[in-house]
Amino acid sequence: MSEYILELKNISKSFSGVEVLHQVSLALRPGEVHALLGENGAGKSTLVKVITGVHQPDSGDIFLDGNQVHFNDTWETRQAGITAIYQELSLFPDLDVAENIFVGSQPVTAGGRIDWRKLYKKAEELLNSLGVHLDLKQKARSLSIAQQQMVEIARAFSLNARILIMDEPTSSLTLNEVADLFRLVRRLRDGGTAIIFISHRLEELFEIADRVTVLRDGAYVDTRPIKDVTRDSLIRMMVGRTITNLFPKQDVKPGEVMLQVENLSRVGSFKDISFELHKGEILGMAGLVGAGRTNVARAIFGVEPATSGRILLNGREVAITSPQQAIELGLAYVPEDRQLHGLIPAMNITSNISLPTLWEFSKRGWMNFKMERKASYEAAKTMEVKANNIWQRARELSGGNQQKVVLAKWLATNPRILILDEPTRGIDVGTKAAVHALMSKLAADGLAILMISSELPEVLGMSDRIIVMHEGQMTGHFTRAEATQEKIIEAATQTVTTGSVS
Amino acid sequence: MTVQNPPIKNSTRSFSDLLWTLVRFREAGISIFILILVVLVSLRAPAFLTVDNIKDILLNISILTIVALGQTMVIITHGIDLSVGSMIGLVGMMVAFVVKQNPEMPVVLTVMLGMALGAVLGSFNGLIITYGKVPPIIATLGTLSIYRGLVFFYSQGTWINSFELPAAFKQLSKGTPLGLPNMVIIALIVAGLVYYFLNYTRTGRAIYAVGSNPDAAQYSGIRKQRIIFLVYLLSGVLAGLAAVLWVSRFESAQTNTGLGFELQTVAASVVGGVSISGGVGTVPGVMLGALLLGIIQNALTLIRISPFWQLAAQGLLILIAVISDKWILSRVERAKQ
Repeated sequence: MSEYILELKNISKSFSGVEVLHQVSLALRPGEVHALLGENGAGKSTLVKVITGVHQPDSGDIFLDGNQVHFNDTWETRQAGITAIYQELSLFPDLDVAENIFVGSQPVTAGGRIDWRKLYKKAEELLNSLGVHLDLKQKARSLSIAQQQMVEIARAFSLNARILIMDEPTSSLTLNEVADLFRLVRRLRDGGTAIIFISHRLEELFEIADRVTVLRDGAYVDTRPIKDVTRDSLIRMMVGRTITNLFPKQDVKPGEVMLQVENLSRVGSFKDISFELHKGEILGMAGLVGAGRTNVARAIFGVEPATSGRILLNGREVAITSPQQAIELGLAYVPEDRQLHGLIPAMNITSNISLPTLWEFSKRGWMNFKMERKASYEAAKTMEVKANNIWQRARELSGGNQQKVVLAKWLATNPRILILDEPTRGIDVGTKAAVHALMSKLAADGLAILMISSELPEVLGMSDRIIVMHEGQMTGHFTRAEATQEKIIEAATQTVTTGSVS
Repeated sequence: MTVQNPPIKNSTRSFSDLLWTLVRFREAGISIFILILVVLVSLRAPAFLTVDNIKDILLNISILTIVALGQTMVIITHGIDLSVGSMIGLVGMMVAFVVKQNPEMPVVLTVMLGMALGAVLGSFNGLIITYGKVPPIIATLGTLSIYRGLVFFYSQGTWINSFELPAAFKQLSKGTPLGLPNMVIIALIVAGLVYYFLNYTRTGRAIYAVGSNPDAAQYSGIRKQRIIFLVYLLSGVLAGLAAVLWVSRFESAQTNTGLGFELQTVAASVVGGVSISGGVGTVPGVMLGALLLGIIQNALTLIRISPFWQLAAQGLLILIAVISDKWILSRVERAKQ
């Protein structure tokens, strides 16, 4: 019998040529809470998906109870007692608690009917054994997030889970709920369950975890007992890289204030956001995924307007309630999700580029195709879009080229303020460098750029100033000279206390 | 060693591109199907390929084409308009009453009246869907019943018969001053207008954009709700036009005029390659779709298929047409690779 219940050795995984996991190892003991830590994009999610059988590793070995195994899909891992609970909960809102617990594995009578009495009895026993108190007949729709998590955990144990993976389980819980969850986690741990716990709140790890494994850029860094590490040493392990000179932001003397945001709030997504954006400046917006940065951008661009606060353009207060209005005011927004918000994949490059500027190519509503083609071609050429011709459909292009099309589309509107949301996510290194060079040139030409990025080197390399958000609030504000990776991570993970915003 | 990709080409569409578009043409499959059907039917029934019969088919599909084009614009935005049949019934009844009481009324005015009434009903659909945020299928299912109910309310259950309508009005659809029946010419004009609207105007482009990816369209500054309102309005206008032609052609307005017609318009659109999931559809395709439906109906009568079987045969042929269209499409795609 092995010391470890689950052991991963030298797991590697690539997606379309990009290595996401490189020789990662992880060893899990029964009865431990094992924290998995790393920045956005460090490979945590992919590793979890390898463990749960969603992805198959390209190389490396997996051992369960000392025996080598190979999982083809999530059904096999569930049978082996491995269950993951993701941030997005997956209950059926119109089924009640007990039905949700046994969904897909309802006890049946000899005749093949669902044995409801047995189902409720078993559900009650299970919840009692977990020390959880829930009304079995309550519909999942009306449960709080914390209660829904409990149901998910119960569902996992109805399948005799021995390994439980929890992906950011505390991100939307209140302090009391976190305490309840931790009580349950300890109880499970003491019963011999192995738990992989993912959280960006470092304080929590010191409270709940026994050991911690750190990943960085898809590679294994180290595994340590939690009592041997400090908050600072963990941050160093997560960051640990040297910044190369990949990011060539030229120094530009910032001009007048182009955009001023004062106490911008939207109920349920962000609160009291204030900053200034100058001409010729790149303002970086750092933070973890889900910190509310995209919501701020969407509010400024009028997609989901803010509920309170002020937006001033060139010192004049404006109320932006639609993207159309934002475009007219000289704003452009390159969204985070190219496929969903940036492009119309079924349309060709020309039509995609001309979409926000259609009025320029039409006289009394009738299109002038020659003008449209010329302008789109010029924009595509400036951005060095690689395609057969400008009639190729956007969906047939690579991620990098799609991003270039989106950039071309928005630069064709001649904006004065450009909001870039994760401008280089998921694109190849070459295109990335090109995008960075472009940003630098645009700023030098007098554009004001607000750049949202979860990639710290990018934020540090490209930004003149940096603001940090965490859980919908501003938690830090640094100049380029002050900013370090450690300071930004500190601000991006700190627990928010009201009044700490400077 | 990096290979420099050649820069993007700014060509007008090359000849081979155009040829390719023609082959890939979503309508290729249905055209072939129509040809096969025509050959088979004319072998069985020589009367099929006579001038009179062809004229008859064209006359029969004119109204369908007009309404299906409105339906198509709605479906391209990922919606559906189930109320077109009831709109035809209601507008037809109202126009018939007005004409009966004002026999001297110029025919052009009756057409405009029909379109205006259709615009009102279509706008109501559009308002429920955009402001009321009711899914299109539910909203128009509701107005399907409401508009039909208003027909009874308005007519008190009576009919307008042929003798109550002036001759000039009846000639509106059937007259042939230009060689073809007026109604066919009107349908062709409408098709031409919708074609230009969809392909050559800003708004037309916006309709496809909203149907293909509503979020990206919104982010690009397109007022999604206005576009959606507009297509239901246009669907109403075209249904109103069709209603006037309908009353003129059949020389009567009855409480069940246009009953169930919405399903035929959806069939013509879908057979013609309009995608129910939005963003895809062409005017020539819909015209071919309507033509196929017209030929099927006509042919089944000519080769004396029992009326009991006609509906089933019609449905079967629609499915065969759509499936063969997809099959040919996938063949062509594969041949390209």
